[in-house]
Amino acid sequence: MSDHIPTSRGPAIVAHGLRKSFGDVVALDGVDLTVKAGTVFGLLGPNGAGKTTAVKILTTLLRADDGTAEVAGLDVVRRADELRSRIGLTGQYAAVDEYLTGRENLEMFGRLYNLPTDVARRRADELLAQFDLADDASRVVKTYSGGMRRRLDLAASLIIFPEVLFLDEPTTGLDPRGRLRMWDIIEELAAGGATILLTTQYMEEADRLADRIAVLDRGRVIAEGTTDELKAQIGGERLEVTVSDEGDLPRAVDVLRTHCGPEVQVDAERRHASVPVTAGARALAAAVRELDGAGIHIDDLSLHRPTLDDVFLSLTGRVAAPTEEEAAGDGGRAPATEGAR
Amino acid sequence: MSAPAEPWVRQHIMRSSGPGRALTHAAVMAKRHLIQIPRIPELIVFATIQPIMFVVLFRYVFAGSIIVGANESYINFLMAGIFVQTVAFGSVATGIGLAADLQQGLIDRFRSLPMAPSAVLTGRTIADLVRNMFVVGVMIAVGLLVGFRPDGSLFGWISAIGFLLLLSFTFSWVGASVGLAVRSVEVAQSAGFIWLFPFTFASSAFVNPANMPGWLRAFVENQPMTQVVNAVRTQILGLSPEAARALSISEGAEWRALAWLLGILVVMVPLAVRLYRRAAARPR
Ligand SMILES: Nc1ncnc2c1ncn2[C@@H]1O[C@H](COP(=O)(O)OP(=O)(O)OP(=O)(O)O)[C@@H](O)[C@H]1O
Ligand SMILES: [Mg+2]
Repeated sequence: MSDHIPTSRGPAIVAHGLRKSFGDVVALDGVDLTVKAGTVFGLLGPNGAGKTTAVKILTTLLRADDGTAEVAGLDVVRRADELRSRIGLTGQYAAVDEYLTGRENLEMFGRLYNLPTDVARRRADELLAQFDLADDASRVVKTYSGGMRRRLDLAASLIIFPEVLFLDEPTTGLDPRGRLRMWDIIEELAAGGATILLTTQYMEEADRLADRIAVLDRGRVIAEGTTDELKAQIGGERLEVTVSDEGDLPRAVDVLRTHCGPEVQVDAERRHASVPVTAGARALAAAVRELDGAGIHIDDLSLHRPTLDDVFLSLTGRVAAPTEEEAAGDGGRAPATEGAR
Repeated sequence: MSAPAEPWVRQHIMRSSGPGRALTHAAVMAKRHLIQIPRIPELIVFATIQPIMFVVLFRYVFAGSIIVGANESYINFLMAGIFVQTVAFGSVATGIGLAADLQQGLIDRFRSLPMAPSAVLTGRTIADLVRNMFVVGVMIAVGLLVGFRPDGSLFGWISAIGFLLLLSFTFSWVGASVGLAVRSVEVAQSAGFIWLFPFTFASSAFVNPANMPGWLRAFVENQPMTQVVNAVRTQILGLSPEAARALSISEGAEWRALAWLLGILVVMVPLAVRLYRRAAARPR
């Protein structure tokens, strides 16, 4: 997957003031985005935030009511047709033909990307091997698992080595193993130099995969930056300690105050104290030594890095996404309409 | 910094556009649907069983009480109606298939590809043509088994098949528009049939309109389905002008049928393509 080479050095995606309404529903309310070539950009937001709408506009499926966008240096409206031979899209739901085999699907899409038959076939075989689908290539997709379908779907969007790849919630509906696998694949693509815009509802996912993140809420970008910048907005790391014996808590607080800083928060009931730290790992090591030296028994000592959930909560006052439990319950559920034929 | 090498596949992308590309892509899409036919045998089986039931029921239940005139047996009269009905009902499958593609997000993927916008529709309507002709072939065989003895010339049969092909192609575009407009498989199923019932049964397909009340007859004799049935019937039975008149077929049915079908096609193709282009902007 090392052959994704951005052909231009400028930004791969630039959008200015994108607006889109569906009747009364404002899906996008003035969105600006800039994605540097060769980077992974995470568009993060809860259900209905406007992620899919933004992806559809950038991939020429929808026209914005207002605003402009260029992808790979091409205007998404005026040069839509040219652009379509340079991008790949994996939509929110696996869009492959159920009654064709994996290979037939990839060959068909290859032909539709204007590749000659033999090239489409060679490329299909290459992708099937790459995505671990070679053994199932001659089975109809109907018999595939959700994870296999997702991989085939992603493979279909990579046929022409797109300069810019759009992935709309690539892991939604996958089980934890399927998700980890998809993450590995995306990381590999990114390492190969692809420009990727991915949308997700999972903070963890954006945190792990994206170089920069925009948080989308009700059609607006409410925050943008690197993961670290976003985390900095709500404060950095905290050192947290839980002592075994409540009587030791005051002495533990003293240790934290001298070695880490004065702003120690104490929760006596939970025998717990925490303090913001700058050099997290060093502070952690020092705290272990000092607490041990003072003969204080500890149940737990950890460095808490703020998650993007914390970011969202602090930006909007609301929780962003369904919890992992809910999401797991949702896993594998097909969209209401899938499978109907 | 030297320019990076192009990935190998990109050098092979054909810079095609216009009608050439539209044809190639339509062929790719038609192949997709033709591959599917044997993999969903239920579809073709039921598409065949239904008209077989019509043939058998009409042949044995009504034949005794329906006298169509011109010394033609009822089964000879009936078969043109069966062919047209079979092909017309086949258009519902076109709409259902497109609605399914929309629901599954396949249309979104197609629209993100450098594809000719008409190809998804052309490919499907062409594949449906092949499927319809297969079913018509089965119907001819079934008809022969139950006493169908047409007197048409070879030329008559060729032109009748020509009419059925054009009917299939035209009505598939109507079915496609229905499917793209309603966007759900279930609705495409019922909406696809509803408009077909009055046009199929209030036509010359199964009975001679001469026996209908005047007001109904006015509709029947002027609607497109009747023209197509009359054209096919005249050709496959090799009717003389007098015999045709006895079956309420006035002269020039072939031209009227042709004009109707081409007229409908000219309206429906751009409408369907327009609905297709707008498909992504509408709710899933
Ligand atoms: N085709 C449409 N017709 C009407 N309303 C739409 C359409 N597409 C999106 N919307 C509305 O626009 C808003 C944004 O939708 P969008 O699908 O972009 O959100 P999303 O961030 O992708 O959500 P999800 O996480 O659920 O996929 C929602 O309120 C949605 O109901
Ligand atoms: Mg979405």
